[in-house]
Amino acid sequence: MARAEPAFKLKIANLSLFVIYVNTTDMVQLKNQLDMRFSNMQDFFSNTPVALDLSAIANSNISLDFAGLMSFMLNHGMHAAGVVGGSSEQRKAAVQSGLGLFPDTIERPTLKPAQTPSIASNNTSNAEDSNQPESGLAIEAVVGEPNHSNTLNSNFQLQKPAAQVLPTFHPTMIINKPVRTGQRIYAEGANLVVLGVVNAGAELIADGDIHIYAPLRGRAIAGAQGNENARIFIHSLEAELISIAGCFKVFENGIPENLRGKPVQVYLDCSDLIIQPLLS
Amino acid sequence: MSKVIVVTSGKGGVGKTTTSASFSSGLALRGNKTVVIDFDVGLRNLDLIMGCERRVVYDIINVINGEVSLKQALIKDKNCDNLYILPASQTRDKEALNLEGVERILNELRETFDYIVCDSPAGIESGAFTAMYFADEALVVTNPEVSSVRDSDRILGILAAKSKRAVDGLDPVKEHLLVTRYDPKRVEAGEMLSVTDIQEILRIPLIGVIPESESVLQASNAGTPAIHLDKSDVAEAYRDVVGRFMGEEGLPMRFVTVEKKGFFKRLLGGR
Repeated sequence: MARAEPAFKLKIANLSLFVIYVNTTDMVQLKNQLDMRFSNMQDFFSNTPVALDLSAIANSNISLDFAGLMSFMLNHGMHAAGVVGGSSEQRKAAVQSGLGLFPDTIERPTLKPAQTPSIASNNTSNAEDSNQPESGLAIEAVVGEPNHSNTLNSNFQLQKPAAQVLPTFHPTMIINKPVRTGQRIYAEGANLVVLGVVNAGAELIADGDIHIYAPLRGRAIAGAQGNENARIFIHSLEAELISIAGCFKVFENGIPENLRGKPVQVYLDCSDLIIQPLLS
Repeated sequence: MSKVIVVTSGKGGVGKTTTSASFSSGLALRGNKTVVIDFDVGLRNLDLIMGCERRVVYDIINVINGEVSLKQALIKDKNCDNLYILPASQTRDKEALNLEGVERILNELRETFDYIVCDSPAGIESGAFTAMYFADEALVVTNPEVSSVRDSDRILGILAAKSKRAVDGLDPVKEHLLVTRYDPKRVEAGEMLSVTDIQEILRIPLIGVIPESESVLQASNAGTPAIHLDKSDVAEAYRDVVGRFMGEEGLPMRFVTVEKKGFFKRLLGGR
């Protein structure tokens, strides 16, 4: 008999994953704060796998109500995928609720000084956060190799990456056609120049800078691997979202009058996303 | 050299089948050997619009499965000598269409016909994909409304990235924007997007504007493509589209502005 075509391949892939660092076993507090943080961020998550890091509560002998937490997270579009760390009891309870087990701890980059995972709660630039120094949670995106990570705070901004990796730069990617809804263009380790219109629902991603010599109506994500010096130049700002090194801005209530349809540049200033008109 | 033209939109109910019927009829009226294929397997409508539903015996799926020859399945149009219809199957689903089978049929049709018009189903699933895959040109049918424009944008993206021409690295599929159900009055009132707005987003050449008209519904129900209607602006608009498609130059873009009523019309209380 002829050998059958292989029905599958087994590989190891490095995927980005959001991690919620659970700092409390108080479910009410946890849910309240999750609610507060994500209630005005509809659609940020949509069936997105999220890991729960229990390292901070590993010493507590109380286990979480994982089933309750999972359905609560699902309401926010987060799909609890598994747990990191935690006591053996907590890990056992997680497995019983159908969660997977990740290796005990997330490897922190060696470059970086030791840092507690809950940096979001230490963000003093954010009034809302500084009111609650003992935040019950912190959320972090762990990207591929864990040398760079982005933390999300309630101000719709991913906080500045813990450590930054300078990617090897490739020649600039140039797109001279319209980028249409549903299309995603990624300039890996490179700058991206787009000459055609970028329509709503389209996504530009670059590890370097992004230049758009046409209206940007979709999303532009520069410095995707954490390059905080990346900038975005837009001929006509009509965007849905812009982001640099994880700090992003959505225009829920429309783009401010003085910027809409104008040529602008976007850059990061101490984890503040600045949109500046190019012509005064 | 024969041409395969897909009539597509992404969104449903914007006038793809109406356009396929009138456009293919218009090509045939100008003496081109034309065939129009209904790719909407499972929800076939083209035969109704063309008024040949009672003559459908075999369909495209029968041909793909090799049960009948292409000749047996083709239906001659009642209005035009040069026009044939290849109906869809009503009892099968879109997965029954496969690329190899469709390519075989198209290659066979290319031997006889000048123009092969493919009426795409709505959506971006396999049926719509199969209809557009082999296209040389595309009529992108869009209503003056944001969701329709967004869906057309998506379709244009797929045409540019996934059609056979794109995959094989040939010249890209030639895209034409056709705005249908256009009501200049409502555009002026700011209730509808204008042609300029649509072009600003989609950025492809405009091949025509079909005005909103009750006669389209009547024509559909009567099984006569709208292009055959007498004294109808829809018929005129479709004839212009065919003219522009055939490379006629200098045709003014009609029906895009509100018509000033003449003295008599006002006197007689026309709409």
